[in-house]
Formats: sequence, C-alpha cells, structure tokens
Amino acid sequence: MADQQQLFKVTIDNITVEVPPGTTILNAARKIGGDVAPPAMCYYSKLQGSGGKCRTCLVEVSKGSDKDPRPMPKLVASCRTTVMDGMEVKNITSPKVIDARAGVVEFLLINHPLDCPICDQAGECHLQDLSYEHGKAGTRYEFQRRTFHKVDLGDKIQLHMTRCILCYRCVFVADQLTNKREHGILDRGDHAQIATYIEKNLHNEFIGNVIDVCPVGALTDKTFRFKNRVWFTKPVDAHRDCPKCSGEVQLWMRGDEVFRVTARKDEWGEVKDTTSGKPGWICNDCRFDKKHINDWVIEGPSAISRHSVISQGHYVGIEKPKEVLIDVMGGRKPRLFLDIHDVSEVNKPNIELSLIDGPATSDTFNGTKKD
Amino acid sequence: MKLLLEKDHVEGIRYYDTYRREGGYRSVEKALKTMSPEAIVEEVKKSGLRGRGGAGFPTGMKWSFIAKPEGVPRHLVCNADESEPGTFKDRYLMEFIPHLLIEGLIVSSFALGSNATYIYIRGEYAWIVDILEQAITEAKNNGWLGKNILGTGFDCEIYVQRGAGAYICGEETALIESLEGKRGNPRIKPPFPAIKGVWDRPTVVNNVETLAAVVPIINMGGEEYAKIGVGKSTGTKLISACGNLNKPGVYEIDMTISVEEFIYSDKYCGGIPNGKKLKACIPGGSSVPILPANLLLKTAKGEQRMMNYESLSDGGFATGSMMGSGGFIVLDEDQCVVRHTLTLARFYRHESCGQCSPCREGTGWMEKILHNIEYGKGKMTDVDLLWDIQRKIEGNTICPLGDAAAWPVAAAIRHFRDEFEWHILNPEESQKRNYGIAHYADERAVAV
Ligand SMILES: Cc1cc2nc3c(=O)[nH]c(=O)nc-3n(C[C@H](O)[C@H](O)[C@H](O)COP(=O)(O)O)c2cc1C
Ligand code: SF4
Ligand code: SF4
Ligand code: FES
Repeated sequence: MADQQQLFKVTIDNITVEVPPGTTILNAARKIGGDVAPPAMCYYSKLQGSGGKCRTCLVEVSKGSDKDPRPMPKLVASCRTTVMDGMEVKNITSPKVIDARAGVVEFLLINHPLDCPICDQAGECHLQDLSYEHGKAGTRYEFQRRTFHKVDLGDKIQLHMTRCILCYRCVFVADQLTNKREHGILDRGDHAQIATYIEKNLHNEFIGNVIDVCPVGALTDKTFRFKNRVWFTKPVDAHRDCPKCSGEVQLWMRGDEVFRVTARKDEWGEVKDTTSGKPGWICNDCRFDKKHINDWVIEGPSAISRHSVISQGHYVGIEKPKEVLIDVMGGRKPRLFLDIHDVSEVNKPNIELSLIDGPATSDTFNGTKKD
Repeated sequence: MKLLLEKDHVEGIRYYDTYRREGGYRSVEKALKTMSPEAIVEEVKKSGLRGRGGAGFPTGMKWSFIAKPEGVPRHLVCNADESEPGTFKDRYLMEFIPHLLIEGLIVSSFALGSNATYIYIRGEYAWIVDILEQAITEAKNNGWLGKNILGTGFDCEIYVQRGAGAYICGEETALIESLEGKRGNPRIKPPFPAIKGVWDRPTVVNNVETLAAVVPIINMGGEEYAKIGVGKSTGTKLISACGNLNKPGVYEIDMTISVEEFIYSDKYCGGIPNGKKLKACIPGGSSVPILPANLLLKTAKGEQRMMNYESLSDGGFATGSMMGSGGFIVLDEDQCVVRHTLTLARFYRHESCGQCSPCREGTGWMEKILHNIEYGKGKMTDVDLLWDIQRKIEGNTICPLGDAAAWPVAAAIRHFRDEFEWHILNPEESQKRNYGIAHYADERAVAV
C-alpha cells in the first residue's frame, strides 16, 4: 500500500475529482464530463504533441494549488496544462472564459464557412457544435474569405482548404502514423495552408486516418462523400482479420449496404483503443476497400452519445416519449383554466387574423376595441 | 557612460589584433582562470543585468534556472535575429565590435557549461555573418575557442546559424525549432528551454547585447556594474533611435537620463527636424504601446519620464509603455497614427506563424479594418470592433507575438481615438493628411 500512487485533487467548476499527477486539466475535466469538459479542436489524445494551438479549451485557473494558491495571470490552454494538488479551475463558471471562447469561435469562423447543409462532416463536426454553443447569429467580419480550389490528395482523400482551421492534427497523423511525412503546412499566419509537397498524392497505408482526426470538413473520404448524410446511416461495430491493422472498425450502414468505414471513436471524437489495448487506427484497405458486408464480422450497434445528431433515430433501448397529451396524463383530460376562444375574438376559429388591422392588443382581447 | 561601444571609434577594432591590444578578452582570462561557473552566474546576478531582448528578465536568475542533468550537454544560444521593427542595435554591435560578442559568449558558455554555442542570426544580416565568422576564426586561432581553452580543460565551439528572415524566429522557442531545422513555430511552454531546449537539452537563449554586457560585468565586477544606472535598470542600454530625429542612430546610455534629454539634447538625438513638434513615440520597438508626447515626457503623476525600465513602464499600459528592446521610434506632428498602426498591423499579420487561432485570424482582421479606415472606407463602429479584436487576442495566444500585435492597436486607440474617428468622418481630407493634429504635440518640449 505504501507505494500507492498519490492523487491530486482538482476542482473544476466546483466539482472535485482526483487524478494522477501529470493529468491535464482537460482530461481531468473529461473525467467529470458534460459541460464541464472544455471543447477541444486541436488536442487529440492519441496524437503526441497535439493541443495548445486552437485555444478553444482555455480555462481560468483561479487557484494554482494548495502550496501556491495564487491564480494564474492568464487563461491557460487546459489541454496542455497539468493539474496541481488543490488546483481550482473555472470553465463554464468563468465569464472571462466564456468571453474568450466566444472570441476564439468568432476567429475560427472567419475562415470556416458554416456550410453545414452541404458539408460532408455535418453532424460529426466539432466546430458546428461549438458555433452552436458559443457563436453569435451574425458575424462582424465583412471581408472576403480565403478561397481555395479543392485538392485531391490521392484518389481517396479530398482536401477543402476553405474549411481547414489549421489544427495540425492531420500533420501529426502523417508524422506519427505513416512512415513517410508527406504533407504539412506551407506559409504563415492567415495565409498558412495544409499542403502536400507540390500537390503530391498521399500514399501511405495509414494516411486515411487524417480524415477521422480532422475536426471539421476539410478532409473527406472520397469513397463516401455525399453518398449519404451521416445521421441517416447506422453505425455498427465490426471487425475483420486484417494483416495491417487491428481491423476493428465502425461501419456506417443503411440497410445492408456499407456506406463508410471509420475507426471507432469515443465520446470526445477520438480514436478508441482496440480490444487489445493498442490505439485503434485503421489501415487504408479496411477503410476504403472493404465496403461489402461480407468483408466484416458485425458485433452490434455502436453506442453513440445522445448529444450527437448521429444518434438521431437510432437510440438503443430507449423508450419513445408518448406524443399525445392525454396519453401522457394517463388518459385524463387536461383541465382548462381558461378557454381562450371564449374570451377572445381574435382566437375564434372563424376570425381571420390577417384581416385585423395592426396587431391584436389587450384591447382587442378584452373586446373593448371596436373596428 | 559607455561600456559596450566604448571602443567603437577605434580604427580596426573589428579585427582581433586591435581588439586584443585595446584590452579585449581580459574577461575570458579572468573568468576561466580565476572563477568557477557558479561564481560567474553569481556575478551576473549581482550586476542586476536584465535581458536586452525585450522582456527584461533578470539574466542571472535565468541562468540559474538551467537544468543540470548528469551527462546531458547544455547549450547557449545567442539570439541575433533582431527583427523587431525599429530595433537595430545588435546589428551595430556585431558589425563594429564582433569580438565583444564572441568574448561574452565564451564567458557565458563557460558559466553555463555549453560546449557548443550557437549564434542564430537573421538571414538578412548576411554580411554580418561573414564578420562574425571571421571573428570566430580569429578567436579560435588565438586559442580562445576550441579544445582546452587557456589550458583550463574547457572546450567550446561557436557556430553561426542563419535564419531565413522570419520575425517569429526571434521568439526563443521558435528560434530553437528553427535551429533544429524545423518550421519556426513557437513551442508550447512548459517545458521551458532551461529544461528542454535545443535537441531537448537544457538551453539558455540570450540577446546579443545581454551577452556582450557580460564582458564589462566580469571585468569590473557585478557590484560596480550595478552602480551604473538606477533602481533595477542597471548598467548601460543600447537604444536604436529612428523616425523624425535630427540624429537617428544607436546610442549607449546609462539609464539615468530623461526621455526629453534623449530626444532633444545634441549629445543624443538632437531634436526633431525642421522645428516640428513631437507628436508621439514608440519607445521600445514596434510591439510596445505608443505614447503621445505629453505622456512620453512626463508620467501620469507629472514626474519626468526617464529612459529606464521602471520609468518607461510607469503607469502600466494605461499611461505608460515599455523599454522593450530599445527601438525608439519618434513621430513628429505630421505623422499619421492611423497609417503607422496599419503598417505595424500589416507586419504582425504577415509574421504570425499561424498556429493559434486568435493571432492567425485576429491579426489579419485588424489589418483589414485598419486598411479600410486609412483608405477612407472606415465606419464609426470599426474603432470599437478593433478594440474588441485586440482584446480577444491579447493573453490568449501561445507566444507573445499575439500580444505584440494587440498592444500597438490598443495603445493607438487609447491615446489617439479622435484621430481614428477623424479619419472615418473625413475620408477625403484624411487622404491629404492636412488635418492639424498638433494638439497632440507637446508645446513645452519644442525649444529645449
Ligand atoms: C515574436 C518575438 C520576436 C522576438 N524577437 C527577438 C529578437 O529578434 N531578438 C531577441 O534578442 N529577442 C527576441 N525576442 C525575445 C526572445 O524570445 C527572448 O526573450 C530573448 O531572446 C531572451 O534574451 P534576453 O533574456 O537576453 O533578453 C522575441 C520575442 C518574440 C515574442
Ligand atoms: S485539414 Fe483538418 S485536420 Fe488538417 S489542419 Fe485542417 S482542420 Fe486540422
Ligand atoms: S501567437 Fe501568433 S506567432 Fe505566436 S504561436 Fe500563436 S500564431 Fe504563432
Ligand atoms: S484543444 Fe487546447 S488549445 Fe486546442
């Protein structure tokens, strides 16, 4: 017992958890889950060195630790800041954080069009969620956006630089997963872009994983693009005996047709470990070439967070809510305190609202106003 | 008081023989033969020397943070990237007395235990690379570099590495990445370079002037050095003065003179050409806040503003600025603050590495709005929008370039808001730039 690992207590948005030293604030917050977990666009648990760039995960450290209780002077990137014992962190309870995050979202949306209705990533896009939660209806940006031609990175992957938010995740994948670094970032600042060396193709057995890590719709799977919307498809876990990778995947099906194959992902959108404990990256063969149901051993429907639009229409083991009020009330009729039709002329079924001049006011309602 | 540029007028001081004859390399003899590395660090601590690269962090303290894991080499890197607009002091020092830097580097390498020391120099300084390499060869030929220097058992080599001319590569972690042959993106800290720097080894990055200042510190002793200057601004500081000045140039000052004296006395900048009035000044290189004349010469409390770290930053950013890297940019009454701010914004937009969203997108956005205002297409709401954008960049980025881009815009709006508004309200007039804005100029300062 003596060498049992010491744990650090950290309080995030007034909820305390205990985590091993070296845990980042983000991962501690993910342990709590829900709204307390900051959004993360560039951090990806399976990619070494990722995080710190997009600044969506900024939090306020209101108390450094028990030893040094001073607050940190600036907001910190929770994905790259490790916890100290007794640390207190504010995420959604900090107006500063909310303000800064809204700023980051506004910056990200400058060069990321909200073309969710036509983007292949709609439903799986973290920026879509983020702009829904933190964005504003309008933008204050009135200038021309960056435009790019679409680029085919090989015959299976398409790059839409217009949507890229330069999170570097795909660069890390190319660097860490494949044996030949084939693409990276050219130029600087807001003219920076993801590119291959003189538009070379991406040929690498694991390069397909760039599609899975891309948090927005910048990198898409050409074998799936526009064949279906993701929430119309049914995700199922499946595996095959693959000589190159673990072969543990998710199939996105409609009926018996396999529309898309991806790695299995967790609640945070990150690749899950395989059943043998290795990171579950998949090879290009499994992803692009095995599109027949006979290629796979189906394990069963994937568990999908209800938060996600993907869960639309296929909850597992969920009771559908009753629809009619009388059903909800167990057969009783609702008791009416006031029948609006009795007191208001405007609500009489035979009154045509469009014929009343101007708005209906309380005078109309009380019947004191005559035409 | 001159310590660094004391001998810059001596003919041939660029070459080893003259430099040595004038007393050069004494500090190496003293340090390597009579002092331990710890004693040197102690001496630098006593001197109160603050980093001359911009942030002004105490050098001795920085040195004492370097990790010393068993069997792992350590490195000293000299930051000669000098890309801050308005700053050109390191260039002067390296060009005219290169051996002073080499001498400082040898002593500092000994103090830090660096056997391989690098000078990372900006690509555009190509001719200085030749000068430095010649100086290094001379030093080596005379036994000050190489193996077993002065028979003390200390080995040291100095390598010159050219950058490709990116401002961001002056930021110390981006510099390290670039030195390792990678794209010059700043690293996310921690770990700090003192723990993991070049090739993950403990590293200290110091500015050219900082390292050169180690020479007089060792020669005269830290305590003596600390007596020069005032308060926490010890020693001498190189100031590169430019803009509307009769005598722009690089000056070595001890930090006891007033800003007024620096601008107007004939010993230094000799006043403003054509009898014009002083309008504003960026006292520490382009990234620090601009100050209008009245706040430049006097602090908000009405005290005389002095040329030192404390006085220049007195009042915080509301009414003060920073010493920064010592790039002193003076604007006379005819200069347009909007245009200057646009120029700076364009620079920062171009130089942002693009890693973090607020800096990448925010710098571009600010530039576009400023461009509109400058070219008569601005709207009144633009000023508040600019303010809001800079506020959302500042403090939210990986490296201080985000702040460096935000501060000039913030200060320009804070102190010259009516000039922005004037531009917006008078789009045509503003193109002619004949809008008497002399009310910013300091009347008292005209005839010093
Ligand atoms: C964007 C940026 C550019 C910088 N450029 C330089 C530079 O050109 N020269 C320099 O000495 N320091 C520069 N610095 C500061 C360095 O990061 C670092 O603080 C300095 O080299 C440390 O040296 P010192 O302690 O001797 O001042 C820059 C910092 C930033 C954020
Ligand atoms: S293409 Fe996607 S994964 Fe790659 S940097 Fe852009 S947004 Fe990130
Ligand atoms: S602040 Fe700007 S320069 Fe610094 S890391 Fe971020 S994008 Fe790059
Ligand atoms: S997820 Fe932390 S900065 Fe991007």
